[in-house]
Amino acid sequence: MLTGAELSASIDKLFELRKEIWKAFVDTFIMLGISTTVAILIGGLFGIFLFLSSDRQFLQNKSLYGVLGGITNFMRAFPFVILMIAMSPFTKAIVGTGIGPIAASLVLAIAGSFYFARLVEQNLREVPRGIIEATESMGASPFTIIKVLLNEARSGLVLSVTILCISLLSYSAAAGMIGGGGLGDLAIRYGYYRYQTEVMVFIVIMLSIMVISIQGLGNLLATRLDKR
Amino acid sequence: MSDMIVLNDVTKSFLSDRSIKNKDGKPHWFTAVEPTSLSIQQGEIFGLMGYSGAGKSTLLRLINMLERPDSGQVIVDGTDLTQLSASDLRIARHNMGMIFQQFNLMSNRTVFDNVAFNLTVSGYPSRDIHKRVMDCLDIVDLTDRASHYPAQLSGGQMQRVGIARAIAPSPKVLLADEPTSALDPATTRSLLTCLRDINEQLGVTIVIVTHEMSVIRRLCHRAALLHQGQLLEVADIRDGLIQATTPIGQGLVYED
Repeated sequence: MLTGAELSASIDKLFELRKEIWKAFVDTFIMLGISTTVAILIGGLFGIFLFLSSDRQFLQNKSLYGVLGGITNFMRAFPFVILMIAMSPFTKAIVGTGIGPIAASLVLAIAGSFYFARLVEQNLREVPRGIIEATESMGASPFTIIKVLLNEARSGLVLSVTILCISLLSYSAAAGMIGGGGLGDLAIRYGYYRYQTEVMVFIVIMLSIMVISIQGLGNLLATRLDKR
Repeated sequence: MSDMIVLNDVTKSFLSDRSIKNKDGKPHWFTAVEPTSLSIQQGEIFGLMGYSGAGKSTLLRLINMLERPDSGQVIVDGTDLTQLSASDLRIARHNMGMIFQQFNLMSNRTVFDNVAFNLTVSGYPSRDIHKRVMDCLDIVDLTDRASHYPAQLSGGQMQRVGIARAIAPSPKVLLADEPTSALDPATTRSLLTCLRDINEQLGVTIVIVTHEMSVIRRLCHRAALLHQGQLLEVADIRDGLIQATTPIGQGLVYED
């Protein structure tokens, strides 16, 4: 058990590191914010087209589905760390640098996009086919049909965003390798390499609180939106 | 009386699933509709009747081109739908409402929004939508359920929402695909009354698919008897009796 003296020494150490910890929080939020937003947009579009080009849907096209599905599988097969290294020339070209939270966000966004694309495809597949048919029978345009699909799948989509966000939070720890910073990186540098266990414990608790909050918020929103 | 719907030698076949192959190893095509010609008059309630696999649902879905025929013409209100572009077909569909066995309501929208949705899609003036939705819900006697979600309704109520949604843009044709098959007998009776009222008061031509003989007897003016993709005959219905003349047709009618 921790004695009172040990506990207050640990708190002092954490206090000394307050600037580092604060910066790690900010970096984590930057990475999470950028990558989740981009992944929702790119992955969402990709997922919609994956679904629409699949069998019995109105853009049904075996080769398109094959190409989209192939790209998705290929990108998802990359271990995140390797993707980071492989993408570094690309991130340099786009953000001007291969390191830092913005560069890391780009890699996270790409990894997240293809992950999210599959989640979107799966959610749209769960919308009863009859609803698409009824919408078609009214003479709705393809764009309107897509809006109906998204609205019917909205509660599952919110849960998918929740999963995406939590996965990206955990991936972002590895982004420390390219100087991405963030909480996970700090935990490794101080908690592991410098044997400052209290930093590790504190950050793991912080990350847990974040995961619990994101999941809780997602569940709440999904339940509110679900009228089925 | 003029023809509202004319089918000229329409055919439709589907590719069977991969497990079924012809003897020569080629994929097997299953013929759902053999060459069929049929005309349905304006203001008529026309039944499509037969056992499962008779092709009756496919035939109905050819009328609004949810299924595109392999050959033949589909003429609705004077226009050959098989010749239309995708956008013209969408406009033609505003003139045809459809209701389904499983209702197919949008579960995340209220009753009001389900009906309003079809009006928006059909380009109805937005300032008139509220009134039109309430008028249509009044026709099916559901004004008090306007703010409910489909999951809060009974099957019969859901189907009446389906009807309100389908007739909202004042279509000339209402296509009904087994609309009572998921409902109990009492609900079925009230739904048939509702459909009859719509036909009589609004002059909507109704085409109804069913395997229930009683539905045909109570509701239809004429009915096509279908068997294994073929049209056996078009029978008149007089005094609640189906006047079948072919042997298989009579078998279909009297077995019930």
